[in-house]
Amino acid sequence: MPNRSKVPTPPAAAPGPGREAAGDARQEWLGVLARARNADLQMLWRDLPDKPSWTRLRGPESGLIMLRGRLGGDGRPFNLGEMSVTRCSVRLGCGRVGHGYVGRQDAWQAEVAAVLDGLLQEAASHQAAVAGIIGPLRRIEQDRRERASRQAAATRAEFFTVARGEA
Amino acid sequence: MYVPVKGGEQAIDNAARLLAESRRGDPAVPELTLAQIEGQLAHAVDRVMAEGSLYDRKLAALAIKQARGDLVEAIFLLRAYRTTLLRFGASEPLDTRRMAIRRRISATFKDLPGGQVLGASFDYTHRLLDFSLAETGGPCPAAAKASQALPSDMPSIADILEREGLIEREPAESGGAVADLTREPLRFPAARPVRLQALARADEGFLLGLGYSTQRGYGNNHPFAGEIRHGMVTVEFVPEELGFAVALGEVELTECQMVNQFKGSAAQPPHFTRGYGVAFGHAERKAMAMALVDRSLRAAELGEEVTAPAQDPEFVLYHGDNVEASGFVQHLKLPHYVDFQAELVTVRDLRREFNERAAGRREAAE
Repeated sequence: MPNRSKVPTPPAAAPGPGREAAGDARQEWLGVLARARNADLQMLWRDLPDKPSWTRLRGPESGLIMLRGRLGGDGRPFNLGEMSVTRCSVRLGCGRVGHGYVGRQDAWQAEVAAVLDGLLQEAASHQAAVAGIIGPLRRIEQDRRERASRQAAATRAEFFTVARGEA
Repeated sequence: MYVPVKGGEQAIDNAARLLAESRRGDPAVPELTLAQIEGQLAHAVDRVMAEGSLYDRKLAALAIKQARGDLVEAIFLLRAYRTTLLRFGASEPLDTRRMAIRRRISATFKDLPGGQVLGASFDYTHRLLDFSLAETGGPCPAAAKASQALPSDMPSIADILEREGLIEREPAESGGAVADLTREPLRFPAARPVRLQALARADEGFLLGLGYSTQRGYGNNHPFAGEIRHGMVTVEFVPEELGFAVALGEVELTECQMVNQFKGSAAQPPHFTRGYGVAFGHAERKAMAMALVDRSLRAAELGEEVTAPAQDPEFVLYHGDNVEASGFVQHLKLPHYVDFQAELVTVRDLRREFNERAAGRREAAE
């Protein structure tokens, strides 16, 4: 979908009590949930008190998205190859609709991400879900990135060109 | 003409069971897990994902296990599986400029901003067999960590040369539909986006040979490895029900920017042109070979003489897919009994005529 506005719009089927979640924040938590490792989310989910009831609206279902690259890295788009994706939509007991996406085949994580998306949109449960799930996942991800980047940085070389014929 | 055969059900069943037992190998040896393949045969997983044209490490590991390590067979399995899945849409174009870098080197500028980051590479090893790996359970030295992470901004080699106007610019976004080889058959002339899609899923060995041929003079294009980068790139997707871009995860990519001389033309001053390669996973040989072949396939558009196989889009794009190539070569194993009977009859007839003519000539000579 080229030229789609990135300005967040509320989900079509999401009336229900509580305030509408701010778009940027929602974009961020959906990203954190999608990137999380299954084992990390399992552990945090297990420890989350007051889990809601929910019904499945769609999925969880696995499918594909076509990944697009750009010519030369910065030119016109082209189709690079596909990627596994699992998505799920749920309605919480309170009526709030949540959507979950994860970039691999993982029905459990897509469904739990959808439930958490619903909880995070609800004023009553937002803080607990941030404190119990999103905050810790963000820290785990940050640590992982930092570690990989510092390991790469340790391999940064200084090359010197050696003039030929010099001692 | 192909005439089908029937029968052999029991033999085929037993062959499948024999394959299963052979795949398992010695039962006294622990069975391979997908996590082991994914974690310890990472380059095999990368190759199967790239040429299977499906980024999914676990499925690629499963395909490798099922195919007993035959990577082209594993690629076939992955391609077949993807046809059973629904496509939800297309991602936003990946932004490799914002890659979380694990390795990034340039052979053209030693002091490029962000530095030369060697990463985990075979390049600086001595290629001597390491017999310590023959034993399992030994200690693994921890990787060193710098005190600081890498800068988040690592400009590409093209950005650097663009500042002086010395390298071609990629044309701005056309905004039109993006051609897709999985939906439409290959047609010629094939535009560069189609060529790159085909090259991205093409056989690494085929591209390597073609790329090498350009270096040896079959369509020489004077390349420099301007930049090779490897790392993690965020995938963004706009789900219909949300209407805004959501990060779905990260993919590991390797990107190669080849920088090539261009003499210029009446309309254009001399400058550098670009060849581009990108592959799933850590796959430098593939990305570099792809960049060489991408550039050589641009010969006609840049007004260069087309003389070599690597410059011929039909030759390259029709023969680079190892699922198609393997299928057509291996179909020769299928029973061709009736075909061959017909050939036998023909050859016997021809021989009889040949012998009769030879006998006639002998009689005439006597």
